[in-house]
Amino acid sequence: MDTNQYLEIFIDESNEHLQSINDQLLELEKNPNDLAIVGEIFRSAHTLKGMSATMGYQDLSNLTHKMENVLDGVRNDQIQVDSDMLDIVFDSVDDLEAMVLDISKGGNGARDVSRVVDLLQAVELGHVLKDREEQEDHSGNSDDIQLDEFTRAVLEQSAEQGLNNFQVEVYLNEDCLLKAARVYMVFDVLEQIGEVVKSQPSAETLENEEFDHSFKVLFVTEEDEEEIAGRINKISEIKQVKVSTYSIDKDESHSEPEIEQKQNINEDEKQEIADKGYKGKQTANKTIRVNIDRLDVLMNLFEELVIDRGRLEQIAAEINHLELNDTVERMTRVSGDLQNIILNMRMVPIEQVFNRFPRMVRQLSKDLNKNIDLRIIGEETELDRTVIDEIGDPLVHLIRNAIDHGIERPEERLARGKEAKGNIELRAYHNGNHVFIEIVDDGAGIDREKVLGKALSNQVVTREQAEKLTDKEVYELIMASGFSTADIISDVSGRGVGLDVVKNTIESLGGNIAIDSELGKGSMFSIQLPLTLSIISVMLVEIQKEKYAIPLSSIIETAIVKKEEILRAHNKEVIDFRGKLVPLVFLKDIFNVPLELEDRDYYSLVIARKGDKMAGFVVDSFIGQQEVVLKSLGGYLSGVFAISGATILGDGQVALILDSNALIK
Amino acid sequence: MTQEPDKTIKVIVFQLENEEYAIPVHQVGSIERIMPITRVPGTAEFVEGVINLRGVVTPILDLRKRFSQKNYEMEESTRIIITIIDEMDVGLIVDSANDVLDIEEESIEPPPQVIGAVEDEYVSGVAKLDKRLLILLNLSRVLSSSEVRELYDMEG
Repeated sequence: MDTNQYLEIFIDESNEHLQSINDQLLELEKNPNDLAIVGEIFRSAHTLKGMSATMGYQDLSNLTHKMENVLDGVRNDQIQVDSDMLDIVFDSVDDLEAMVLDISKGGNGARDVSRVVDLLQAVELGHVLKDREEQEDHSGNSDDIQLDEFTRAVLEQSAEQGLNNFQVEVYLNEDCLLKAARVYMVFDVLEQIGEVVKSQPSAETLENEEFDHSFKVLFVTEEDEEEIAGRINKISEIKQVKVSTYSIDKDESHSEPEIEQKQNINEDEKQEIADKGYKGKQTANKTIRVNIDRLDVLMNLFEELVIDRGRLEQIAAEINHLELNDTVERMTRVSGDLQNIILNMRMVPIEQVFNRFPRMVRQLSKDLNKNIDLRIIGEETELDRTVIDEIGDPLVHLIRNAIDHGIERPEERLARGKEAKGNIELRAYHNGNHVFIEIVDDGAGIDREKVLGKALSNQVVTREQAEKLTDKEVYELIMASGFSTADIISDVSGRGVGLDVVKNTIESLGGNIAIDSELGKGSMFSIQLPLTLSIISVMLVEIQKEKYAIPLSSIIETAIVKKEEILRAHNKEVIDFRGKLVPLVFLKDIFNVPLELEDRDYYSLVIARKGDKMAGFVVDSFIGQQEVVLKSLGGYLSGVFAISGATILGDGQVALILDSNALIK
Repeated sequence: MTQEPDKTIKVIVFQLENEEYAIPVHQVGSIERIMPITRVPGTAEFVEGVINLRGVVTPILDLRKRFSQKNYEMEESTRIIITIIDEMDVGLIVDSANDVLDIEEESIEPPPQVIGAVEDEYVSGVAKLDKRLLILLNLSRVLSSSEVRELYDMEG
């Protein structure tokens, strides 16, 4: 079968299922007795197995199968959920992830998984042994349908109401081909005249045709035995129907409580799976996957439309025709809505990034012998796809950092009068045109003196500087390059590179990061990011006759100064700006702009900053503030000095966007 | 078409100074009239700037400057040929774009030592067509951005 066209879908869906397995396993670890969760995991694993078998990835399918066996054991209460067992399952999920990754890179998903398979088998075998014992124990009553309390209650109630409880045994013809279909028809007939309380084997097993040729159901109805038998016999390929009255007492006499319990859980859980499955289907939005490039094309075309709309508006204003004006106005409104929709299409919930952290925190806290609880808030917060792709690694770094340096060991925590369990909170929320992501821990906090000591010894700051720094400024030092405060360099973090990379990445996304901390109480890393990378606010300026855009995020203010106010220091022209000396940058020289205007006796300045440093860009006039769509200059011209991109102005012309960071030294 | 497809290539023919040049049609995205070009500072001399090509910012090279160090002259016939090389769109300013032709591969000869003003490395062959002489351009060479890059390094 040519499966290539499905490959992408397969990979996407596999990743979704693996993620869901991961999430649910973590849930399970918190609630080891909640078999509904096991059901969820089982369902995902089962789907994954089916998909990979169809696509011909045998190793993937085999491993999933082994995992499924273990889960089935858990579901049937034959395997205990404990940390060891979960570790093994997590390991196998890791292997599965690696295989899917391999497939997505064009590999064949083959991988040596013998170790994990052995481990899984060992877990499973433990259950098989137990299973056998149980079977021996209860061999006496395996024929009859076992009741759980709920079923019993239903049966009792119906008996009180004068309804009949029957045990219906149905034998199918041995040559029956579509057993599941016949079963379905039998159930259908029965449901018309009463209620099926229970079946043996279970409905799921029946559906999968995993039974010989007969099955039993417990059935509550107003009708009598003959009626039931008659109706069922109308279905073809039915060999025999036995209907007998079912009494609860009979069951009680030789039913083992233990097995009852087991069935009970089994049934409840199945019910829940069914419910969940149903709900899932109901609420799941219908989605399609669209290549982001296509969205870009759509956006480009739309912008062209906006430009034409601008022209149209102009023409309409000139002609001043009533109907034309109306139409243009309506078009403006519609295209505004359209723009919102197109922009929203690029937004994805940050969940995609967040959902890998619970797993990571679990593993790390295990490795480091720490007890950590991760709380995630606001995972539904939406961000531009391009930001999402970039933000993952910095967050991983910060969380590792919080686990490694932030949260103390349980004994230290107890000694300090805190709970042994550390807390990390990861939250995301919208505020204006920005998204905030905060990582809060209740760990040791940042030690000002320690940081300063390190900074001094690493020559990041001088002693005089150190004394003047505010707490916040000290904390920011840990993000300076060549800085690591961990006493012991661990595997997890503290390799000296790291936080500075985090800071750079975030700044390159047009965001910034702030640190707040209280010694002994914990720290907070707060990241501010633009909602989207494709639209930025800029100040449009003219340099001679050329138009340039300066990102508003780096501008402090604009000013107009007289030539006489310019001072000279170290052969550089500077101005005294609110008590600070700010060097001037003559953009027309840097950009070699053809001179067309006469010199004036005052300068228009855009005061911009990069961190603590400031510079005054000399321009010729300010045009105004505007939201523009950021575009790249394309591969051919990438890396042009001090130009970070381009944008298309209302008149259809291209204006270049200044990279003010490159101009401030 | 009666001819074997692999025996002929379809080319766009354009004029530059007094020579006729040809580019394979599959390397051409579109042909545009001249439009406002935004200068990009700090790039090689022959990089004229960028234009807004239906919402995509596209770099434009002045072929005359590339070949003969002379500026292009704006005329009614001046065109921008948008070419696609290595998945990059780059526009070339030419004096005029006048023809689409099928050239038989047999009529293409390797470049002679001296061909007009164009340096040999940009030429992949010469096609004789009746009395016309078409210079086939090696576009990847023409567009080679190594020179552009060197310039950034100097700036940086």
